[in-house]
Amino acid sequence: MDAVIDYDVTRIKQDFPILNQQVHGHPLAYLDNAATTQKPNCVLKAIDYYYQHDNSNVHRGVHALSERATKSYEAARHKVQEFVNAKHVEEIIFVRGTTEAINLVANSYGRSNLNAGDSVLISTLEHHSNIIPWQMVCEQTGASLKVIPINDAGEINLEAFEKLLTDEVKILAVGHASNAIGTVNPIKFMINKAHEKNIPVLIDGAQAAPHIAIDVQDLDCDFYALSGHKMYGPTGIGILYGKKALLETMLPYQGGGEMISRVTFEKSTYNKIPHKFEAGTPNIAGAIGLHAAIDYLQSVGLDNIAEHEHELLIYATEAMSSIPELRIIGTAKEKIGVVSFILGDIHAHDVGTILDHHGVAIRAGHHCAMPLMDRFEVPATVRASFGLYNTREEIDRLVDALNDVRRMFA
Amino acid sequence: MNLELRELYQTMIIDHGRKPRNFHKMDNATHVLEGFNPLCGDKLTLYLNVNNNTIKEVSFEGSGCAISMASASLMSEHLREKKVADAEKVFHDFHELVTNDDANINMDELGKLTVLAGVKEFPARVKCATLAWHTLHSALHGEHEPITTE
Ligand SMILES: Cc1ncc(COP(=O)(O)O)c(C=O)c1O
Repeated sequence: MDAVIDYDVTRIKQDFPILNQQVHGHPLAYLDNAATTQKPNCVLKAIDYYYQHDNSNVHRGVHALSERATKSYEAARHKVQEFVNAKHVEEIIFVRGTTEAINLVANSYGRSNLNAGDSVLISTLEHHSNIIPWQMVCEQTGASLKVIPINDAGEINLEAFEKLLTDEVKILAVGHASNAIGTVNPIKFMINKAHEKNIPVLIDGAQAAPHIAIDVQDLDCDFYALSGHKMYGPTGIGILYGKKALLETMLPYQGGGEMISRVTFEKSTYNKIPHKFEAGTPNIAGAIGLHAAIDYLQSVGLDNIAEHEHELLIYATEAMSSIPELRIIGTAKEKIGVVSFILGDIHAHDVGTILDHHGVAIRAGHHCAMPLMDRFEVPATVRASFGLYNTREEIDRLVDALNDVRRMFA
Repeated sequence: MNLELRELYQTMIIDHGRKPRNFHKMDNATHVLEGFNPLCGDKLTLYLNVNNNTIKEVSFEGSGCAISMASASLMSEHLREKKVADAEKVFHDFHELVTNDDANINMDELGKLTVLAGVKEFPARVKCATLAWHTLHSALHGEHEPITTE
């Protein structure tokens, strides 16, 4: 409990210049962190510093700037290795984001290992980016997509999961935490079960990374994907972690500079990992910004963040339950700080527009999880998602604004 | 309460949004077309009965926000007994109404539709207001594939 009392959210907020603004005449309450998070000063400064002093291409210059850029880029890789506790630094591949990470695995691992009759197992909770790449590779290979059902609380049905884990399954791809309704999945258990059958597992960690300490060795997952912009880092940078032995057997996903060791017009030999998967000039400034974001997360402390956000979740869930006709979608026991809901028969977009005019930024829509919306038989929900800088006072303002919506539609 | 917001969510819009008029399937429709707003998930099916270049009847079914439902509902009332060519003109004027500050249009001719003028201040919601109208426009041009606002 002490951590929460010591948690100085006012000071933390000051690290984020963007939060200090008025929207439609009200102070901004940014409750759309599951879509993307704001960036602290140290991230902005790190990117600015890089462009002012070190900007250069990596791994290909003998001059001082290129050496510095290369050093900073590789230091970021080491930082990520430490952050997810990977065994080897070359298991960390820089990509554009979670979407690209999953596409990489689906195309490289999926296309080589899937055949007609095989299947890919995902869950009902998945974001479109952990559905469509698999659907595409299934179409190309003749494999089929199987989906683990969930219960009414939005939790994975583990009995059904074990039944679906048949010999035909060639990969299990499941989210660590749901962006749309907040459920945290029992991934360690699921990974264990899959490994009993020698099925590799990809974890979509886009939503977990800013909230839950990740240890890929302890989880023993085969792949783990995350996005920098969801964890207070810049857009356009993300990570694919993959077990070394697996990555080494996989074919490159894109061809180009950086990913080869020798090229002739007859044949080229590929570079070693991770470079084999990093064709072209990478997002160097993005990697450097991500490094700074991880430093920031670690300075606040992931356990403190998790505790703070959990407290906000409990507070918000209780406050919102008192609003008549408000139905929370997703009531799992284990959740990150996400409250998805519908307000009577008022459409999510009308709610969103009115909240915006109270300075409260939330997301309204299907949250890139249309099959999940279908499961709950709603066209869209309103979603408030909390980050390390949010406060109880902002949740009070959300609740007041929701009461205003009700008055307006009364 | 904020003025722009009041202007957007006028009583008539909330009323038509909640209790849309002409909200049913049409058995003798001459034109049927679906419209989607993939961003919001708004969807509707528009039914027209056109005879002798005159729109005899308009009805629709679907789901969406108050703005999209009210817009479709008001459109269905407005277009009854209008010549097809006149409906096309209303389509154009309505689009101007919700997008252009200096629109050169006859407000009297638009009648009740002018309650949607407030949408102009909410660029993210223009697609909600125009979904039914785009669907109408495509239906009158003989399209059969569902249309989207994207
Ligand atoms: C659970 C989940 N997976 C994947 C993604 C895709 O991430 P990105 O758009 O950064 O590639 C998101 C975010 O939109 C997400 O919330």
